[in-house]
Amino acid sequence: MEKIVTRHFGQENSHHLINYLKDNGYQAARKAITQMTPAQVIDEVKKSNLRGLGGAGFPTGTKWSFIPQANPKPKYLVINGDEGEPGTFKDKYIFEQDPHALLEGIIVTCYAINSHKAYVYIRGEYIKSMENLQGAIDEAYRAGFLGKGIFGTGFDIEVVIHPGAGAYICGEETALLESLEGKKGFPRLKPPFPAVVGLFGCPTVINNVETISCVPPIINKGAEWFAKLGCEKNGGNRLFCVSGHVNKPGVYELPNGTTLREIIYEHAGGIPNGRKLKAVIPGGISAPILTPDQIDVKMDFDSLKAIGSMAGSGGIIVMDDTTDMVWAAMVAARFFAHESCGQCSPCREGSGWVYRNVKRIYEGLAKDHDLNNLPGIVNNIGGNTICAFGDAVSMSVGSYVAKFRSEFEAKIKGHVCQT
Amino acid sequence: MPNVSIDGKQIEVPAGTTIIQAADKLGINIPRYCYHPALPVSGNCRICMVEVEKQPKLQIACYTPVADGMVVKTGSPKVLEVRKTVLEFLLVNHPVDCPVCDQAGECKLQDYYMEHGQYDSRLSNVKVKKDKKAFSIGSTVMLDQERCILCTRCVRFADNISKTSEFGVFNRGDHSQLDVYPGKQLDNNYSGNVVDICPVGALTDKDFRFKCRVWYLSQTKSVCPGCSMGCNITVEWDKMRPHQHKKARVMRLKPRHNPEVNDYWICDKGRYNYHFIDDNRIQHPQFKDEIISWDKAVDTIVTALQQAQNTNSTNRIGVLVSAQLTNEDLFVIRKFFKETLRGAQVDFKAAQKSGDSDDFLMKADKNPNTAGAVKILQADGDAEQILQKAKQGEIDLLYVFGHDLVKLYGKEAVSQIAQKVKLLVYQGSNVNETCSYAHLNLPSSVYAEKEGTFTNCQQKVQRIWPAFLPLAESKGDWEIISLISTKLGAPFAYKNSQEIFKDIAVAIPAFSEMTYEKIADQGMILKA
Repeated sequence: MEKIVTRHFGQENSHHLINYLKDNGYQAARKAITQMTPAQVIDEVKKSNLRGLGGAGFPTGTKWSFIPQANPKPKYLVINGDEGEPGTFKDKYIFEQDPHALLEGIIVTCYAINSHKAYVYIRGEYIKSMENLQGAIDEAYRAGFLGKGIFGTGFDIEVVIHPGAGAYICGEETALLESLEGKKGFPRLKPPFPAVVGLFGCPTVINNVETISCVPPIINKGAEWFAKLGCEKNGGNRLFCVSGHVNKPGVYELPNGTTLREIIYEHAGGIPNGRKLKAVIPGGISAPILTPDQIDVKMDFDSLKAIGSMAGSGGIIVMDDTTDMVWAAMVAARFFAHESCGQCSPCREGSGWVYRNVKRIYEGLAKDHDLNNLPGIVNNIGGNTICAFGDAVSMSVGSYVAKFRSEFEAKIKGHVCQT
Repeated sequence: MPNVSIDGKQIEVPAGTTIIQAADKLGINIPRYCYHPALPVSGNCRICMVEVEKQPKLQIACYTPVADGMVVKTGSPKVLEVRKTVLEFLLVNHPVDCPVCDQAGECKLQDYYMEHGQYDSRLSNVKVKKDKKAFSIGSTVMLDQERCILCTRCVRFADNISKTSEFGVFNRGDHSQLDVYPGKQLDNNYSGNVVDICPVGALTDKDFRFKCRVWYLSQTKSVCPGCSMGCNITVEWDKMRPHQHKKARVMRLKPRHNPEVNDYWICDKGRYNYHFIDDNRIQHPQFKDEIISWDKAVDTIVTALQQAQNTNSTNRIGVLVSAQLTNEDLFVIRKFFKETLRGAQVDFKAAQKSGDSDDFLMKADKNPNTAGAVKILQADGDAEQILQKAKQGEIDLLYVFGHDLVKLYGKEAVSQIAQKVKLLVYQGSNVNETCSYAHLNLPSSVYAEKEGTFTNCQQKVQRIWPAFLPLAESKGDWEIISLISTKLGAPFAYKNSQEIFKDIAVAIPAFSEMTYEKIADQGMILKA
């Protein structure tokens, strides 16, 4: 299988420009800027079926085409490298191992949307990521790939790193923009969407690190090649971050549409000590949990949506039969309660309420009505909030209760969880 | 212009109008916490969600613009369910300490719970404890963080209206707390307004706290007499339980919405300027040290006036009128002194130190009716000259309305005047140092006891209504003049201020065609 985003991973000093250049580095950027029109670039990306790999899966070329070019304000590209979704650790590897691939993608994207400034918002804990990316930026400036008049054209690009300050919600694109503007990370009311009113009130494209890293190969090898790698409407490969009860946790680049079973049992080496699978989260903690009978699902946006979960950020968390699902639900609920930004009332008050409710059940302090009320409370959050965080609380915690209700009931009856 | 249907009622509104604005126009009340018509939309409380046909999710009415042909339902089962849900969330960590909360009775949590909540509690957890309860955040306002529903109205008020930015929401999730920024205090000219816009008991007014339960209050529309802006207010008073507050009637003033004058706001100077209504009033007519009857008081003046008439010396009468009086008062005073008596020297501008002002509502001219006084009195006298003459013994009767001459000119000057003139009359509502020099003190009523009109600095004529009867023996200013005039044998035919106003509209071109009905409660601009 042909690797795209991870093709340089593991090579010595893969983050240095000299090594990136050996593999046709910056040829896609040169090609786009010197031989293609912005419209041709957007068209190529549209045809490649590249979708937003941060979690929402929105078609990337389409997103770029929403930028109103008639608007006289500057346009911005913002790279979302906040990577806060528990179970997700792919962007970190791109920053550390192949930052030039991201930078080249940034150059192509900026050209496509006519932006001269890109911000890379990096999760504050990713020190190494920031070091390696800043090193790459400096190299690219020196080599003339960034800065004034790149590739002998009149096109200027400036790239700036902005470290996050430790809020999960700042991975939500409009909260990220607020944070980037120096404000508290509160998601904005939509519409307007960032393509029209984004950073500093200007048209803005926000894309995930992995998404943009896919752009140079698309320009080099063509949209058709890329589209063919994946499955219907999901072009290319995807980075799956496998963690939890598997023999070989790690980041795996596999075609969109690979089954979850194959990822767990073939690539990640199966479950340690021959134990049985009990549950798996397919796309970061926000994605509804799956049971063993559901793991033949193809891991692409549409297939996962069809069975009531989501592909999300590609963070696969595997739980074997020693896992206490009430405890797992409590951990998820605690995360949401801790990370709710507190702006709108259902999520602010609901996330904490849900956590304390699940905690009471876990601690054996709850009564029947606590469990009976839980699905209703959880449901009341989703759909009623400013951003998708509220939906995540509903879908995630709700799925544990729906699928493992007997374990919750056992806690209430004072029994030890079945293992 | 888009045409929208809300609960089956059609309305055409300008493009960009939100659903809640269109509903307000139709008189359909959509519940709200964070939405306030004068503040930027925040969309955080989520109680205003409504059903929009063809949209899968409910939409917040405060933010969603109407579109042509849009069909909105504000009372569908889905909407009612969500309201209940949002209330439940807002009350999860609310202390529900209504019995000791000053907001009780005008609290939107209480109101909406009774209207839309009424669910059984599903709560079995300990509530999140917040840091500050009954905590002073400035000279006029107390903060209670656990009652706060984080609607951020106060934050947006301080950011956008007072432009002082004292407030922030700190921490996140259900540990979010409203507070003032470290080292800041809520001490701007408009602090009190945050109490008005706070939909719950999180921000309460130190001046009003625990003084009176709001359901005992009666409301009377009025206009603030504190400066020439003439902010529209409501006088809130309680006469049922005088034992509770040392016989004081007025409990508080609240701003009254007038988009052309003060919008939803008043300054703190105006807000707390009401204690004079009940405190330190001149209660009875008094001649030197002796309390006398109105009859005797009127006789005393009439005797002096007749003497002036008989000796052809009405030009030795000086009158210092005040722009604190209503247009109606001023009209009768002018008529009496300039037409009935003829020859008196009348002016309204005694030396006024100009007060604090800002670029919003506070004006330096601290009189509510300067513009009206200019138009109605058409004063030909000069206050300074009148006083100078009084000092030199060229004035026999000096009639002062409300001006505290001691404060303005000093004790020595006033004492000199009191010795030189034959009769120094002070007609006013409150005791001040001038009273002790005046030979005759006449108790007049305050604005809250009067019907009439003021003309503000925008030339807007605005009505005031009497909240209650004049205190003790005090009387309206024009009524006192009317008593004197009657005794002098030239009675006025006025039975009430509306009749006076009808004459004003005829006599003074700037007021022509104005009536009380037309002025109503939003005022009318003088004709140029």
